[in-house]
Amino acid sequence: MEILVCVKRAPDTLENEITVNKDGTNIEQEDLVYSVNEWDNYAVEEAIQIRDKVGGSVTVVTVGDEDAEEVLRREMAMGADNGILISDKAFENSDGKGIASILKAEIEKGKYDLILTGAQADDGAGQIGGMLAAMLDLPYASLVNKIDSEDGKLTIGREIEGGAQEINEIELPCVLSIQTGINEPRYVGIRGIRKVASIEIPVRTASDLGLDTNAVGDAGAKVKKLDYFIPETGDGAEMLTGSQEEIADKLIELLKAKGGMK
Amino acid sequence: MNRQLFAYITHQNGVANDSAFELAAAAKKISADTSVTAIVTGKGEGLTKVCEQASSAFAKVWKIEDDAFAYPNAELIRALILKILPEKSVILLAHDTFGMDLGPGLSIKLNASFISDVVNIEGTDGDALKTVRQEYSGQVSTHISCDIADGAVINIRPGAFKPEEASIGGKIEDKSSEAAGIAAKRKYVKTIEAEVGDVDITKSEVLVSIGRGIEDEDNIEIAQELADAIGADVSCSRPIVDAKWLEKSRQVGTSGQTVKPKVYIALGISGSFQHLGGIKGSPFMVAVNKNANAPIFQVADIGITDDLLDFVPVLTEKIEKL
Ligand SMILES: Cc1cc2nc3c(=O)[nH]c(=O)nc-3n(C[C@H](O)[C@H](O)[C@H](O)COP(=O)(O)OP(=O)(O)OC[C@H]3O[C@@H](n4cnc5c(N)ncnc54)[C@H](O)[C@@H]3O)c2cc1C
Ligand SMILES: Nc1ncnc2c1ncn2[C@@H]1O[C@H](COP(=O)(O)O)[C@@H](O)[C@H]1O
Repeated sequence: MEILVCVKRAPDTLENEITVNKDGTNIEQEDLVYSVNEWDNYAVEEAIQIRDKVGGSVTVVTVGDEDAEEVLRREMAMGADNGILISDKAFENSDGKGIASILKAEIEKGKYDLILTGAQADDGAGQIGGMLAAMLDLPYASLVNKIDSEDGKLTIGREIEGGAQEINEIELPCVLSIQTGINEPRYVGIRGIRKVASIEIPVRTASDLGLDTNAVGDAGAKVKKLDYFIPETGDGAEMLTGSQEEIADKLIELLKAKGGMK
Repeated sequence: MNRQLFAYITHQNGVANDSAFELAAAAKKISADTSVTAIVTGKGEGLTKVCEQASSAFAKVWKIEDDAFAYPNAELIRALILKILPEKSVILLAHDTFGMDLGPGLSIKLNASFISDVVNIEGTDGDALKTVRQEYSGQVSTHISCDIADGAVINIRPGAFKPEEASIGGKIEDKSSEAAGIAAKRKYVKTIEAEVGDVDITKSEVLVSIGRGIEDEDNIEIAQELADAIGADVSCSRPIVDAKWLEKSRQVGTSGQTVKPKVYIALGISGSFQHLGGIKGSPFMVAVNKNANAPIFQVADIGITDDLLDFVPVLTEKIEKL
């Protein structure tokens, strides 16, 4: 099976507290650590496991600037066979539809049986997978937390409300967005990354993909981010202050009063 | 302006989901004087009841009954909506696991704009709709401007809009004939219900709930000891289950369990809407988080800015000595 996984470089929320910059135009970039969007690691792991079972290849693709190459290498260190970096100044400030149309142009250059995305990104909108499927006229399922492949067809589980799972059959080729927890993504060490450091990663531009630069990037975006802000918090919590001992004493009194201690 | 507004209503066992009325409230914020049409699909007895409920909040209800819609398969519903929706309409969906499945692809097929997971609507200026979204599990918010001249699909966060008391008495129109010939390459097979675990957290009066801030599987002991000391059960956020540190049945949230404790102690949980969506009945909520700006502090009653790995053992020891 030829599998393509779309991956995104995103700020790492485990390493950073996300705040707004001084003029509210972006999140604070100082000391910001980036990594692969959490959901995408699950998608790549799933792709590798399917390939190892039924054969074929795994290609990872990202739309981003030159720094985005590092996430491709990371996923290749996990076991993806190929990486493709799609990068062009004209792609800056693309909205979801813009990113999806860029990915579509690349996908149409290849021949893939299965296309995976993450269910969402911390800085995204959970939209690329569904948009891509519709653009490619392929069947789609979101929030996939189980994949079984049989000939020409997949049986998949979707995570739905209340811890339940919705089982579907879906024809290949198709697009699936992957939910966290579907597998346990393998660990990638420095040595793994070093091993793939010299593999050539092709870079595609708007003209390579035959894209009209008015349809993508800022020019093509109908959905625009105006600013970032920290919302008014309303009342918010009463914050306990003092030494750890004092705070613990106050909390014990509160818990007693509210029935929090038996 | 002649912009038509629609809302797709989901329902269960003959009852419209709360989101139906929230969509009505959200639609009002796009245009207070445009009448809104609810689209209700399904099969069987309950459907009429759902349409009647929807008619209290919507001026028109399109009822579409067909075997194909006995279960809401987003790929089938998309084909139906494409067939019946007038050009350049705005359609609202709930941003739940169904709306997430349907919205993005629908917007492409409609050639309309898509805005995901909207928490507030500030209004329109001509064809520009201004909305608020959140990023990074609610750590920051953004204003989004969206061109809706060619229509839009707008996914509304469950719980973000307050439904209004309404008795519009909308007209129900049967459009079931439109269902003919709808097909999809994805087939719904069955639903597997959640597994029951060793502890039923939906019945717990006091919960000590851990999130990613617990940092390591071995540290779960710290939370368990506190729980033992106060007679509570341990629950968790989703990443703890993803890491296989605790059973799925311990997960609080929209894709986990809905809990109704008297007291909820959140340790190292950021406060995403999917997590908070599983906590009902306004418990007394205590949050311990080392990030003073964590969104959980907006909803908790009591906040403590500290490293839980330091603070909780101090607390437990004091309680044990009481
Ligand atoms: C469709 C869908 C359904 C979902 N359903 C659910 C659901 O049912 N339940 C659920 O919980 N999530 C659900 N999620 C995931 C949700 O969006 C969040 O990703 C998740 O709730 C975050 O969990 P968390 O708060 O534990 O982790 P994080 O958001 O990573 O927060 C960890 C927090 O711990 C703090 N912290 C770190 N170290 C320490 C320390 N030593 N001491 C004190 N504080 C510390 C950090 O400041 C941070 O605030 C769902 C997501 C999707 C897309
Ligand atoms: N710039 C990008 N390049 C490649 N894939 C992306 C990009 N942005 C989003 N995706 C994919 O779409 C998924 C959902 O992201 P989003 O719709 O931005 O929340 C991600 O998990 C990725 O798989």
